[in-house]
Amino acid sequence: MTLTRDGRPTTGWPEARVVYRRPDLLSDVSTHYCPGCGHGIVHRLLAEVLGDLGLGPRTIAVAPVGCAVFAYDYLRLDFVEAPHGRAPAVATGVRRVRPDAFVLAYQGDGDLAAIGTAEIVHAAARGEAITVIFVNNGIYGMTGGQMAPTTLLGQRTTSTPGGRDARTAGYPLPITEMLALLPGVGYAARGSIADPASVGKAKAMIRRACEVQVAERVFAIVEILSTCPVGWGVTPREAARHLADDVPATYPLGVIVDRFRDPAPAGGAPR
Amino acid sequence: MMTAPTLPDERVLMKGNEAIAEAAIQAGCDAYFGYPITPQAELLEWMARRMPELGRAFVQAESELGAITMALGASAAGARVLVSSSSPGMSLMAEAMSYMAGSELPALVVNVMRGGPGLGSIGPAQSDYFQATKGHGHGDYRVPVLAPSSIAEAIALVADGFDLAERYRTPVILLADGILGQAMEPVDPHFRSLPPRHDDWSLSGADGRPPRVVRSLHLRPEDLEVHNDHLGAKYREIAAHEVRWVGERLDDAEIAVVAYGTAARVARTAIARAREAGLAVGLVRPISLWPFPSAVLARLAPRLRALVVVELSAGQMVEDVRLAVEGLAPVFFHGRTGGMVPAPDEVLGAIRRAWAITSDREVAS
Repeated sequence: MTLTRDGRPTTGWPEARVVYRRPDLLSDVSTHYCPGCGHGIVHRLLAEVLGDLGLGPRTIAVAPVGCAVFAYDYLRLDFVEAPHGRAPAVATGVRRVRPDAFVLAYQGDGDLAAIGTAEIVHAAARGEAITVIFVNNGIYGMTGGQMAPTTLLGQRTTSTPGGRDARTAGYPLPITEMLALLPGVGYAARGSIADPASVGKAKAMIRRACEVQVAERVFAIVEILSTCPVGWGVTPREAARHLADDVPATYPLGVIVDRFRDPAPAGGAPR
Repeated sequence: MMTAPTLPDERVLMKGNEAIAEAAIQAGCDAYFGYPITPQAELLEWMARRMPELGRAFVQAESELGAITMALGASAAGARVLVSSSSPGMSLMAEAMSYMAGSELPALVVNVMRGGPGLGSIGPAQSDYFQATKGHGHGDYRVPVLAPSSIAEAIALVADGFDLAERYRTPVILLADGILGQAMEPVDPHFRSLPPRHDDWSLSGADGRPPRVVRSLHLRPEDLEVHNDHLGAKYREIAAHEVRWVGERLDDAEIAVVAYGTAARVARTAIARAREAGLAVGLVRPISLWPFPSAVLARLAPRLRALVVVELSAGQMVEDVRLAVEGLAPVFFHGRTGGMVPAPDEVLGAIRRAWAITSDREVAS
């Protein structure tokens, strides 16, 4: 179908109007993600935001290790693959030699909050002008559903078959709140893809996290609570319900810090 | 020591670590990433001062993992990148070395070796030969390894290392040791410069062209085998064209000492003393440790009584020497470890023992 510039079909019904279509930055392929997985939604939000902001042609993105390593098959952006957990260090290297680029790192929760803890903390501490999309589904999906640092207390995984017990496996890591304490972090927020309203809010957070990199040259992170029905051992519908009703008790939704909108947040003055 | 004093003949006195750093700058290094570790810290300090004043990238990373992975990102984005460390730090860098080899990313990685294993000592050593030449990280790959024996040679090999890295799209290791890093020698301050890095694959944003992906993942076994075959062909080409070595006093030699780096300098003195005592001894000094000058040793072996390998290790390169000569000549070893360096007379003693043991060996003329 051919469209005019304002989205009207050139033939057929003159009153018909396209209100929803694939963003230009999203490849026209099916993803490998499982039914009910949230990565596809997050990819789409990113494609929409980068497209809206006109950032696609100058984006250099970093793909993580985990299910989202194939992000480069779905997002029409320049991509470099990072070793497990090291995406913020790879992004730092890109940032420092490409001052005009928009630098994006996409990470999961095992990647960012376990094996890559040092890299994310120090990229944030340096205030690297990068935007991190942190998809937290509380589990290692690709390797078969083992406990992640973000796994909820009591949650059964293949490596916590009796449920996560704080006495032996510790507590869920609120790493985005921890990062928000650092003065180099311009923006930190947590959203969710549990339902359409949440998806809209998550998109606004992603947009803000991209804008502050461009406008203020600071570090920005959006944590997006997401689903892993296969890893969780539930149906997609049950996964969405769990994500909406149970997960935010441990990981509250909302903007944690936005230093350039709120000039004196808890945790330090703007730089 | 941040300023190199000028000597009357216009050469300057430079510490090895600082000379390597400045050579990289003059060669057009765009970005440096490092982490403090003895005995290479002066290299990081030199870059900390010089790179920002030239408007180039410098980051003191949170770890060697961070440093080498920043280099991975910068290289993927088209920059000429230097990383430096010493032995324990190199162990941490093994991960990204494998990823960079798999992703075919150029970078120059300097290892100023110290004694190991573990935390070991901060004294000079050559005990990372296996690590440097046999893969370093996981997977089927090779990395060219260049081993300077003087500070002047280290300077030359920095530019050569960048050139090799970019021509073959591979990380390259410059393998020095604590003595080369810490010693001062007079050097010619006119370092070689290289034209800016140029390629048609690095990342700059998909503006007016299809997106590019720099990666090492090839999930389908069929695809990964094709990729490994491609890497293998590249390594064979490097092995065919990039062997470097120097021979000294080999024309009439009956014994060849094989040594690289600092050990070769001790060996040279020992060889001079052996010659004074009437023993026909020469030196084979590998400069490229991979590709190793195996063919040279195989050609020499039939006309030698013996080879004597000298290393600051418990015996690592000696295995490659034995593989190269394939039993055509006896191979003896003398090594010191832990930061200890053999005295020339110690090496002379090893040469004399080899000479005595092989007195009845018949050699090809």
